[in-house]
Amino acid sequence: MSTSYRIVPAGDAAVIVEFEERIDPAVNARTIACAEAIQAMNMPGVRDVVPTYRSVAIYFDPLRTDGDALLERIAHEAEHAVVPDATTSVPVRIPVCYGGELGPDLASVAVFAGMPEEEVVRVHSSATYRVFMLGFVPGFAYLGLVDERIAMPRHSTPRVRVPTGSVGIAGVQTGIYPTESPGGWQLIGRTPTRPFDPARSEPFLMKAGDSVQFYAIDRVEYDRLARAE
Amino acid sequence: MTDAGTGSGRLQPSVAAIVVVKPGMQTTVQDEGRWGLQARGVPVAGPMDPVSHRLANALVGNARDAALLEITLVGPELEFDDERMVAVTGAAFDLWLDGRPVPHNAAFTAAAGSRLRFGERRIGARAYFAIAGGIAVPPTLGSRATHLISAMGGIGGRAIRARDRLPLGDATGVPSAAGQSSPIVPLPDRHARIRVLPGPQAELFSSEALDVLQSAPYVIAQNSDRMGFRLEGPRLTHWRGADIISDATPLGVLQVPASGQPILLMADRQTTGGYPKIATVIAADIPIAGQLGPSDTITFAVCTPREALSALIAQERALMAVEARRS
Repeated sequence: MSTSYRIVPAGDAAVIVEFEERIDPAVNARTIACAEAIQAMNMPGVRDVVPTYRSVAIYFDPLRTDGDALLERIAHEAEHAVVPDATTSVPVRIPVCYGGELGPDLASVAVFAGMPEEEVVRVHSSATYRVFMLGFVPGFAYLGLVDERIAMPRHSTPRVRVPTGSVGIAGVQTGIYPTESPGGWQLIGRTPTRPFDPARSEPFLMKAGDSVQFYAIDRVEYDRLARAE
Repeated sequence: MTDAGTGSGRLQPSVAAIVVVKPGMQTTVQDEGRWGLQARGVPVAGPMDPVSHRLANALVGNARDAALLEITLVGPELEFDDERMVAVTGAAFDLWLDGRPVPHNAAFTAAAGSRLRFGERRIGARAYFAIAGGIAVPPTLGSRATHLISAMGGIGGRAIRARDRLPLGDATGVPSAAGQSSPIVPLPDRHARIRVLPGPQAELFSSEALDVLQSAPYVIAQNSDRMGFRLEGPRLTHWRGADIISDATPLGVLQVPASGQPILLMADRQTTGGYPKIATVIAADIPIAGQLGPSDTITFAVCTPREALSALIAQERALMAVEARRS
């Protein structure tokens, strides 16, 4: 199977493989398969392999890398990397306490969607999302695609301080803030689960290509789980 | 919660340490960076001037990835628990050990109880202070590098403060026999010519944008830091808007938001970003950029991949010559 791609240099210490320019689960699956195949080669001099929505960046030490061999292998994997069967992955399930003080934007998303808050919660928690990529801050996963009816755009002025665990919507993307940070997403709830904890044996809850489901919990359960974390 | 992510200063008194008397403006613990986790959104961090970082470690006999202090614009005052070889490279400061001048780019012995004070800065923006044995704060995700925004690595993920105790590793290495070096990369005097290679997205800009980039100097804005330098100068024009689907942001890349004013992404950059990237600084010139600060200026020059590689090879030879003197 051949899919259009191109390989472009980014300076002399990184090269980028770009697939079709759209946010699409199939393009993203191909991107991640390519990244994992390159990572698995463990080529000398390669320092980092970073998949995003539709491209893979390969960082290398120019003095310890056979550049021609690297480009050859990258082209091979861009062409031939085997995309795994998505139906075999077990979703990561994440509890969310929706609305109230933990989800200050749920009411405005309900107005945007023209539906009751409970229906927004049902729509958000009934989908299975794909982890398209991680970025922004450690452990922040860009999840999609959110149902168009509740796909409210981000705030024009970001909040200065978004609490850890906040669950937000930005257009067709949804995600969890892994640490307190500034942020512009519409905050509909909060999870007691930590997407990122460097002290945990597995510091990251998600990786690119995973599937994710949210389920609603009440405030009592949120507080109980938050104490246990 | 353990404090593996915070590297606390509460340590057993038996561990040799540096005591911070004065911290300086922004002094952080840095090793070569937290590589391998950008796919999980973890920024690399590491030194702004990697060549001076490596030279400092070589001079005191450390492995090249040992953790040391990166010092920004205003230097610290440090007191030593035990006798150690130390060296300062990068930006040139007047250096005083118990009131006596000590050299730059050279290893010297600091006695137990002595104090090293950084005086006036002569040239360059960032100095590197290495000590035999390295700074042995607990690693976070495999690295001791401080990343300020995510509060990771170093001492509690922050710049050092007065009264911090910086734990030291065992000094097992052999200091460089000659003990000194001429600078590997000449320090820029508030202006530098920085070489770039076009891309990864030069085609998203108007056809003359690369010429515009090289046409006049850019000034580094005040709100520039370890994440990146906001640049003010000739405006770069996109031909189809300033938003792209977010992708990876390599070290040294020039990303251009809608304002047309480029941002040079440096050590603490985020792993991904959504602006088109017109060009990327070559690896050999990253250390020069790292020696610039706010209100300094950069003239960009497009070079060839061959020129980029020969510049890097020249630096590598010079560094390896210093490292080889250890045996």
